[in-house]
Amino acid sequence: MDIDLITNVLFAMIRSGTPLLLVALGEVVCEKSGVLNLGQEGMMLMGAVTGFIVSVSTGNLLLGVIAGMMAGVAMSLLFGSLALGLRTNQVATGLALTIFGTGLSAFVGTDYVGKPLAGIAPLAIPLLSDIPLLGTVLFRHDPLVYTALILLTLTWAFFRFSRPGLMVKAVGENPDSATSIGLPVLTVRWLAVSFGGAMAGLGGAYLSLAYTPLWSEGMTAGRGWIALALVVFASWRIGRVLLGAWLFGLASIMHLVLQGMGASISSNLLATLPYLATIVVLVILSSNQSKIRMMAPMSLGKPFHSRM
Amino acid sequence: MKIFLKRTWLKRAAVAAFSTLMSTTAIMAGAAEDKLKVAFVYVGPVGEAGWTYGHDEGRREMLDKLGDKVESTYVESVSEGADAVRVIRKLAKSNDLIFTTSFGYMNPTLKVAKQFPKVKFNHATGYKRSKNVATYAARFYEGRYVTGLIAGEMTQSNVIGYVGSFPIPEVVQGINAFTLGLRETNPDAVVKVVWINSWYDPAKEREAAEALIAQGADIINQHTDSPAPVQAAQDKGVLAFGYDTDMTRFGPDAHLTGSLVHWGDYYTDVAKSVLNNSWTAEDVWGGINAGMVKMAPYSKKIPADVVAAAEKARTDIASGELTIFEGPIKAQDGSIKVASGVKLNDGEILSMNWYVDGVEGELPQ
Repeated sequence: MDIDLITNVLFAMIRSGTPLLLVALGEVVCEKSGVLNLGQEGMMLMGAVTGFIVSVSTGNLLLGVIAGMMAGVAMSLLFGSLALGLRTNQVATGLALTIFGTGLSAFVGTDYVGKPLAGIAPLAIPLLSDIPLLGTVLFRHDPLVYTALILLTLTWAFFRFSRPGLMVKAVGENPDSATSIGLPVLTVRWLAVSFGGAMAGLGGAYLSLAYTPLWSEGMTAGRGWIALALVVFASWRIGRVLLGAWLFGLASIMHLVLQGMGASISSNLLATLPYLATIVVLVILSSNQSKIRMMAPMSLGKPFHSRM
Repeated sequence: MKIFLKRTWLKRAAVAAFSTLMSTTAIMAGAAEDKLKVAFVYVGPVGEAGWTYGHDEGRREMLDKLGDKVESTYVESVSEGADAVRVIRKLAKSNDLIFTTSFGYMNPTLKVAKQFPKVKFNHATGYKRSKNVATYAARFYEGRYVTGLIAGEMTQSNVIGYVGSFPIPEVVQGINAFTLGLRETNPDAVVKVVWINSWYDPAKEREAAEALIAQGADIINQHTDSPAPVQAAQDKGVLAFGYDTDMTRFGPDAHLTGSLVHWGDYYTDVAKSVLNNSWTAEDVWGGINAGMVKMAPYSKKIPADVVAAAEKARTDIASGELTIFEGPIKAQDGSIKVASGVKLNDGEILSMNWYVDGVEGELPQ
């Protein structure tokens, strides 16, 4: 492997890890508040199709990005009104959301299949992008990649340093105690769910506006599920989400690179790497029950019944 | 022309006037008998490019050519399986001729055809026929050979990247034909293939194209349906060949040309054959000669003499003067796979599971 190839691979790794990063980031926040939303794939698709339609119709990519996020939020509000408002089973509701989003996005996007769109162009950051190797790998991406990294840092700081961050964690660990000290459990969960929706929408819009500027039915191709696996892989730690996203990104391009190099490893097998990695992490985590209890939010997936 | 038009108009007016005297049901029955009803089943949405779009273009061409002798309907995004049976059966109740345009409709088509012996069925890319089921496909590989000739002249790095869908004969034929063309004009060039195991996954197609570009490919060819590889080539400043439909607008600087499938003539001929009762349950595997395979417009980047050579090859293939899979053809290990003067027959081409010399990597079996 020569140095050019390595830079190219690392560059592609960050790019293909970005949609995973965005979606997983949203889901981590959502799960930290105690809500499990399996509707990522559906929300991503709605974000992708809405972002694309708005960009093609208005010619404005930023508007498309915002519309994609809004579509994700709208989907998550639908989830919220069922799972939080009516206290339905979160797993079933999330699955329904994915199925619904897949169908609805195909329906509204029919007229936009195969339309060309000049996608979001890369933006080389002055000075930084001139650093050999690192500059090419890190600082020659499109603006959404930087946005994802900034959002990640902000979310990390939010949980690390801020009081509202603690509130989210408290609500996710033990909503009853949180209520008793006066925290608005449902409001916090609504906000976390909406944030998850916005991130999933953004991740979808990244695919249809920057990564491959076009719309096609089911174009997320399971990335929403990989992001869900990524949350577990990261054991709900923000920093590890970044690591995991890049690792999964690397796994998804590595089998293509290896094929190009003539390695005779089954590409089907290599494509399973992200899932295998998740299983391995799950096994390691569950080898110690107290450990997994430390990691996962205690009330994850449990509907909250206020005792007031 | 004008008189003719007027006369048709008069005739129609007369028919309309006459019809008003009849009952409503009689009019409907009359209309149904007059026109040949043709239905199409599509695997994807029609959209603006790609496989299904190509079939719909063919349908519209058929309507244009046969005018008021035919009328047509289509059902899009029909998934291959139980849904297909339901849709085809529904169409069979009210149509005379049905085109099912994806490989996965093979068994559903045969199943429904048995129940509707009077209806004619034409199934694309399949191999099972029956009394009222014909099959058809295009020799995509002929166009690939022409793109190979161009690639040999245009490459600087002597590495061509090829984004493949599934390692099945249909795709391997294309890779081999392309490589034979490439080696014809540039004996040093090699083809690197990356399989993505999907017909349509834009993100994966793009990743594959980028992985190939990272490994030195300066031209990308594809046997997948989305324009993502062309987009990737455009962004990375390398060249590309599109597929299925003209993909120039997805990479105006990158797109050189592409092998296109054109169904219009075939659909028109089949509809005509039903009209004059000469329809048979045959298999048609047409190429450039039959008008099924065409080339997308050549990019201005290709020098005139290269275009001329490509066009000559195209006409020679059409006339039969040039046979693509004719020996001597070397296999990957350099051994002679097809002896000099021997031509592969259709059966051998249809079951092709080996790479010619010049393709790198192992073919997944």
